[in-house]
Amino acid sequence: MPAEPPIESPSDLGQAYSLLASGDGWRPIAGGTDLMVQITGELSPPPDRVLDLWRLDELRGISLDGDVLVLGALTTYTDIRLSDLCREHLPALVEAAATIGAAQIQNRGTIGGNIVNASPAGDTLPVLLATDAEIVLGSATGERTVPAADFWIGYRQTARRPDELVVRVRIPVPGGRQVRFRKVGTRRAQAISKVVMALSWRPDAGVWRDVRVALGSIAATPVRAPETERVLEGAAPRSETADHAAVTIAGEISPIDDVRSTADYRRVVTARILHRLLREAGGW
Amino acid sequence: MTYRFAVNGEEVSLEVPGMRRLLDALREDLGLTGTKEGCGEGECGACSVLVDGEVVDSCLVPVSQVEGTSVMTVEGLAPAGGMDGLQQAFLERGGAQCGICTPGMLMAARAYIDSGGAPVDEDIREAIAGNLCRCTGYTKIIEAIAVAARGSADAR
Amino acid sequence: MTVTTRPPRVAPRPDAPVAPVRAPLDGDIGIGRARAYPLRREGPEKLTGTALYTDDLVFPGAWYGHTIRSTEPHARLLGIDLDPDFDWSTVVLLTARDIPGENFVSLITDDQPILVDDEIRHHAEPVALLAAPDREMLRAAKGRVRLRTEPLPPVFDPLEATQEFAHFGLAKGDIEAGFAEAELVIEGTYRVGHQEQLYIENNAMIAVPRADGGVTIHGSMQCPYYIHKALKRALLLTDAQAVVIQAETGGGFGGKEEYPSIIAIHAALLAQRLGKPVRMIYDRHEDLAATTKRHPAIVKHRTGVTRDGRLVAQDIDVVMDGGAYCTLTPVVLSRGTLHAGGPYDCPNVRINGRAVATNTPPNGAFRGFGAPQTEFAVEMQVNRIAEALGISPLELRRRWVYQIGDETPSGQILRESVAGEEVLERAAEAAEFERVSALTGSARSERAARPPNPSVAQLTTASDRTARGIGLALAWHGAGFTGSGEVKLASVASLELMPDGRIRVLTGSTEMGQGTKTIFPQLAAEQLGIDEADVEMAPQDTSIVPDSGPTVASRTAMVVGGLVIAASARMRAMVEASTGRSFAESYVEYAREHGGLRVDQQFEPYPNVNFDDETYRGDAYPAYGWACAVAEVEVDLDTGETHVRSVVSADDIGKAIHPVMAEGQVEGGTLQGVGYATIEEIKLVDGRYLNDRLATYLIPTALDAPRIETILVENPYSGAPHGAKGVGELPMDVPAAAVVAAIHDATGVWVHDLPATPERVLAALHGITPPPLPGISTVSERSSTPAPSAEDAGAPEEGLDPQPDAPTDPQPLRGPQP
Repeated sequence: MPAEPPIESPSDLGQAYSLLASGDGWRPIAGGTDLMVQITGELSPPPDRVLDLWRLDELRGISLDGDVLVLGALTTYTDIRLSDLCREHLPALVEAAATIGAAQIQNRGTIGGNIVNASPAGDTLPVLLATDAEIVLGSATGERTVPAADFWIGYRQTARRPDELVVRVRIPVPGGRQVRFRKVGTRRAQAISKVVMALSWRPDAGVWRDVRVALGSIAATPVRAPETERVLEGAAPRSETADHAAVTIAGEISPIDDVRSTADYRRVVTARILHRLLREAGGW
Repeated sequence: MTYRFAVNGEEVSLEVPGMRRLLDALREDLGLTGTKEGCGEGECGACSVLVDGEVVDSCLVPVSQVEGTSVMTVEGLAPAGGMDGLQQAFLERGGAQCGICTPGMLMAARAYIDSGGAPVDEDIREAIAGNLCRCTGYTKIIEAIAVAARGSADAR
Repeated sequence: MTVTTRPPRVAPRPDAPVAPVRAPLDGDIGIGRARAYPLRREGPEKLTGTALYTDDLVFPGAWYGHTIRSTEPHARLLGIDLDPDFDWSTVVLLTARDIPGENFVSLITDDQPILVDDEIRHHAEPVALLAAPDREMLRAAKGRVRLRTEPLPPVFDPLEATQEFAHFGLAKGDIEAGFAEAELVIEGTYRVGHQEQLYIENNAMIAVPRADGGVTIHGSMQCPYYIHKALKRALLLTDAQAVVIQAETGGGFGGKEEYPSIIAIHAALLAQRLGKPVRMIYDRHEDLAATTKRHPAIVKHRTGVTRDGRLVAQDIDVVMDGGAYCTLTPVVLSRGTLHAGGPYDCPNVRINGRAVATNTPPNGAFRGFGAPQTEFAVEMQVNRIAEALGISPLELRRRWVYQIGDETPSGQILRESVAGEEVLERAAEAAEFERVSALTGSARSERAARPPNPSVAQLTTASDRTARGIGLALAWHGAGFTGSGEVKLASVASLELMPDGRIRVLTGSTEMGQGTKTIFPQLAAEQLGIDEADVEMAPQDTSIVPDSGPTVASRTAMVVGGLVIAASARMRAMVEASTGRSFAESYVEYAREHGGLRVDQQFEPYPNVNFDDETYRGDAYPAYGWACAVAEVEVDLDTGETHVRSVVSADDIGKAIHPVMAEGQVEGGTLQGVGYATIEEIKLVDGRYLNDRLATYLIPTALDAPRIETILVENPYSGAPHGAKGVGELPMDVPAAAVVAAIHDATGVWVHDLPATPERVLAALHGITPPPLPGISTVSERSSTPAPSAEDAGAPEEGLDPQPDAPTDPQPLRGPQP
């Protein structure tokens, strides 16, 4: 029998916070799709002790707070796919959720887990970056909010303190803003991204405002492409702009070779999918 | 810690660590070896079971998270010695070859059919995209699921 | 504030009846009706979860075994250090010195040790064995074993390798005269990488000590008698002391042909030492990292043709990478060499094949066995020649394909069952090849007429996001063993009428999903004139069944099935001669009166089939299967991603004994071929597979799989009583070249290396940096820095685990952090 680490399954958030505050190195588990892989000890070392969040119903549910979409940390990808609110207000997130794993993973994997696991290939993360989402962290001492842009601070490192949990994510969904999502994976299902992109903008009298270009799998964290955003800010999605943006983003990023793809492919394809999104938005 | 849940309609209580994989609990503690392990990381779907009707990879679910739920495995699809229409369709259409992906494939198909899934090729493909098969090219699996889905729809 | 949540998850009541799922209605047009062939014999057990695979078998008191493996591609083993702080009395550790017999895995050449004694020749090579009473203790112990080594320079590039495992040469006509006649000479180099069999059940063996001092093996395998022979040599056992029993086996595809011998010996050594059963169950990571793959190959073609499209000269050079040990490499190379010219009549041919050693894990058997590699290359070449000549690839093949009476490069005259043209026409017609290629061709011309802005073409898109293409490939596949292999094997299959009137088939041929257990009773029953349900299959247990040869080379239905038929015919004649009534009416009575009857049928050479191993000339195979695939693809021009939408595969298999299962073989082989063509690739760094988990070694999912249409063609081979020529491997030979031809049809570019990943497609389309060549290990910066001395090597990484420098997820595996 594998030596499973101890687990606690609190049924309210306060208990969870107290355990975390104890400083004993409790590792939170939500749907388990990342953490459980480590349990046999064959693939990577198992955690010392585990804090089971699955019974914390306070962390479930999708709601709309004014023009902010609020997703509890335990919202699964299936919840997102089935949610009328998500489909109406943020279809790009629904698209992203649909590309993660397949039914088995989507039924268990959570948005909170995607955020905390902090994989550079986390498929929902560029959507959160492109929409100026805010990540709400809770602890025994209260809650604080961290913008997505400040949350992923290094490879697999986040702004979460060990005594904190991600409790929900707040995603502004202002009327009129457009968000597009594109993933280039290794196959058509159950695929990890080679490049993932979310693009958002607010149309304003024929030009784009508040442009966000967010990328996954091309750096140690999900990142935005500020130079490219500057090219697109105040511009219209015309052919010359798109060419300029494509060249800019190709120069702005420095992806890596790894087991799934090559640096040059990632660089070129990032430019090409951005160009395609601009072409589609511009209708040319 | 003791965990209580239902497996194939029977209440069980297991005295195991909460982080024990549901897969190990089923295979080793309950002797239900119909559920298979293919990769241990949620890629192949051979360990698929239903938890409250939803298909999951049992290698990725700790027992603590099935407390109070109803788990169904391949052994629960039909009474012992029998087969349901889905299993029968797999048998008649050649949907099982080496058989190692079959239990998990059946559970994903079962979840699809129980949620009202139609005998539509592309939808069936999506429903079983988390279940790898290396023998069949999926052709006869999809055909069998379509047959069973049609049978199920007709029955409603 | 609006709130919606998912509808509550309603748990079914424990006593709720299972929702009805009805079987199909008659006349169910959309799906077609099930056909009337015997249902899979072991199907109900597989479908209800009661079939017992190795890991499902329970042996009380069994210990868990583990293999300590090398972490370097080439090194001198100086010693094995055990952490003195660990209580080693609680576990068992064995090294090469503990092997009672010869330290070789018995196969073709005695070069592969059971455990490394001196020289480590590849990454993940077995060095020591551990067993512990539970997994926790096993895990604790294996972290306390250190290999002390001294690095040696590795060889990775097969073109630079100096050690040769085998070479073959074929010549026909006058190659120089052929090229002198040629008006156009086309050259091409094609490379294919490793491919993993990826049976969904990992390798697994359980060894149980016997009272007679021997050992019984229960395991997942293709070839019980390979293991039997290997066990006897390694453990110095008699025939009776080594018993090998096949458990239900979850796929093989060649991957469980030879490697299981090593695992069985390992488990048996531990069990012998302990006097307890030992479970050696690989997890996916170990199975991927350590077991055999399809041989990478580099195939060079130089072909001479005339302007009007006559084939006048073929000069072909094949280099295969065998990895660190010989395994089955000479036989793989032989089949690859014999098939390298493709199914085409050419007056002047020269084919040279060579297989070499590199410091990578040994490669071995995989469906097709050398032919998919060389047939990919020749089909690429033919498609490129068709383009160069401006002749349709279908028309060119019509002119070149073998006809009855043609002579192959080994000097074999094709006398019967030659169906290359038939499968070509059948597949092309079903796929409407000419009509579709006219459409895709004109779409390609239109796109070419609207070129993008050249200064930014690499980074920008054109108006069409996707392009469709269609491609075609043709292949032949020698039926059964190569050359004199079948004669040397002298396989036996038996039929037994037991005293109580039951009848059973005794063969060593295994069921691994392909249908052995269903078709053997079917074949016997047809001969005996009784119901197939009245014929049983004896268990695949070497203490019960004879050696029917390995379950490989698509030989089971053809060769062993032929023996079953012959045995059945003899039994029927003997019983009917004795009783004077029909077998069906009289066999039960005969059995009771005579106490049963057993007929052993040994293989007799097929008539007029002669091959000379010395000169490598003659009838390389008794007959050939023929296959044509037409693939339709949609290529994403932005990303280079290929979606294979459909494949039509027409396969002449002589006789479809069980058409549902034969189709299943074609469909499965086709998808493995599509995976080989598009996504399946092993990348190596420092001789180590980076794709060592299922998150990184990808096979097609149901969404990646094309719609597959199978056309079974039956041109029986007269030498086999039923005419069957085998179906397992043939369909694997054609998809890759058809898919790459379709990618070319869509995009206008040729991808010469497999798999044709998006990276390679964009490299060809837009000149981006291509990925490393397939199948050849790159060398990390880490390893090019001076190696640490053995003393200060300190704590090397655990087991198999690579050191990725790339922070993407999931990483290839790495060991527990200190």
